Amino acid sequence: MSHALILAASQGSGSPSVLIPEVPDLVWGSIAFLAILVVLWWKVLPNVTKALDARRDAIQGNIERADAVQDKANALLEQYTAQLADARSEAAAIRDQAREDGKRIVAEHKEQATVEAARVTANAQAQITAERKAAASQLRSEVGSLAIDLASGVIGESLKDDAKATSVVDRFLAELEASEGKAGAQA
Amino acid sequence: MSQQEITLILNAVLALGQVVSANSGGFQGPSIDDFFPASVLFAGTPFALDRVLLVRLFGTAVIIAILWIGSTRLKVVPTRAQAAWEFLMDMPRQGIVYDTLGKKDGDRFMPILLTMFFGTLAWNLTGTIPGLQIASTGLIGQALLMAAIAYVTFIYAGIRKHGTGHFFKNTLWLPGVPIAIKPVIALLEFLSTFIVRPVTLTLRLTMNMVAGHMLLALCFLATNFFFFSVLGNGNALGFLGIGTFAFGIAFTVLELFIGVLQAYIFAILSAIYIQMALADEH
Repeated sequence: MSHALILAASQGSGSPSVLIPEVPDLVWGSIAFLAILVVLWWKVLPNVTKALDARRDAIQGNIERADAVQDKANALLEQYTAQLADARSEAAAIRDQAREDGKRIVAEHKEQATVEAARVTANAQAQITAERKAAASQLRSEVGSLAIDLASGVIGESLKDDAKATSVVDRFLAELEASEGKAGAQA
Repeated sequence: MSQQEITLILNAVLALGQVVSANSGGFQGPSIDDFFPASVLFAGTPFALDRVLLVRLFGTAVIIAILWIGSTRLKVVPTRAQAAWEFLMDMPRQGIVYDTLGKKDGDRFMPILLTMFFGTLAWNLTGTIPGLQIASTGLIGQALLMAAIAYVTFIYAGIRKHGTGHFFKNTLWLPGVPIAIKPVIALLEFLSTFIVRPVTLTLRLTMNMVAGHMLLALCFLATNFFFFSVLGNGNALGFLGIGTFAFGIAFTVLELFIGVLQAYIFAILSAIYIQMALADEH
């Protein structure tokens, strides 16, 4: 019992050597090694490869899908932005158009009103003039005949002769107007 | 923890056991015979199965089941179990094979390297599983076999890539070395590449597992001895068993770590050897 383990290795004629393999050790060692090798080679490693490939595909697929969705969203955003810009410019155009139309309508109406006013003024003036003329001529004939009647009555002289009468009346009216003008100026 | 330290602790504990056992039965320490129990099936034939080899087959079956069943249920969106499985798969796949060999060559040597990793992992971890408690990689045959496969694979890879002449020239006849010492360097390179590599691959794995088993068995056997023989006889020295038990638990955790680490080291060294054989220039 005085030997330690290192010595124990070489001890005893009956016990086998640690350094020289026995046949069953080699035989079963080979079988065990081959068994693991075969299972790894034919089953485990292909399965692992397949699983890893599937995982890579899944991850790649997800990334691709995400990319596609992102692209789509970007395209939509662009489209909306473009549409918005279109709508803005259209609104601006409509506004400008309306402003112009408004101006034009206002100007047209102003012009029409001016023309109308002028026409009304002109009509009124013409009427006034005509009425004045009519009044003057009527006044003239009436005042003339009255004055002649009066004068003929006074002087007993028939002034029925038209030419004479007219010239007398005219002179009388001219004098009258002249005196009226003088009075107006003095006043 | 170095080999010397382990030996020292072993000697100390064994010596203590001897002192104590002078008047109480005697302490039976672990022995290398743990790895060579009597055959239970097919005794005497090349297919003789003993306990250790049965444990090896059990580990093989479990790792095959985990890998196979896990791989048939892979979904695009992983469940928790699948995430754990993928971590288990990704560690050697990405961390060992692709990181060392790149995508193209990595795919070529993936099955062999992953078999080395998962096989070694399963066969190592049985060393800490209660009821099994033996790492079948502690039998040198398994490590030797895988080292031989790694050896053949990297030589095949080199010859396939560069042709026989170029491969050996690339490996042995290094550029930039003075012509006078080139033969010496070539001899050293030959030793290091074609002799030392497979030997170290084999011994590193086997001896780690043997030492680990010895350490664990020693701790638990000592605990058993202290509690039931020493303390049972009324000797207060038996309370030392608490310490040995604590050490046993700590070393169990360490063994789990070493089991994973050795699987990783075996696979990544094989991958690096292949990568060096494929490299164009040194």
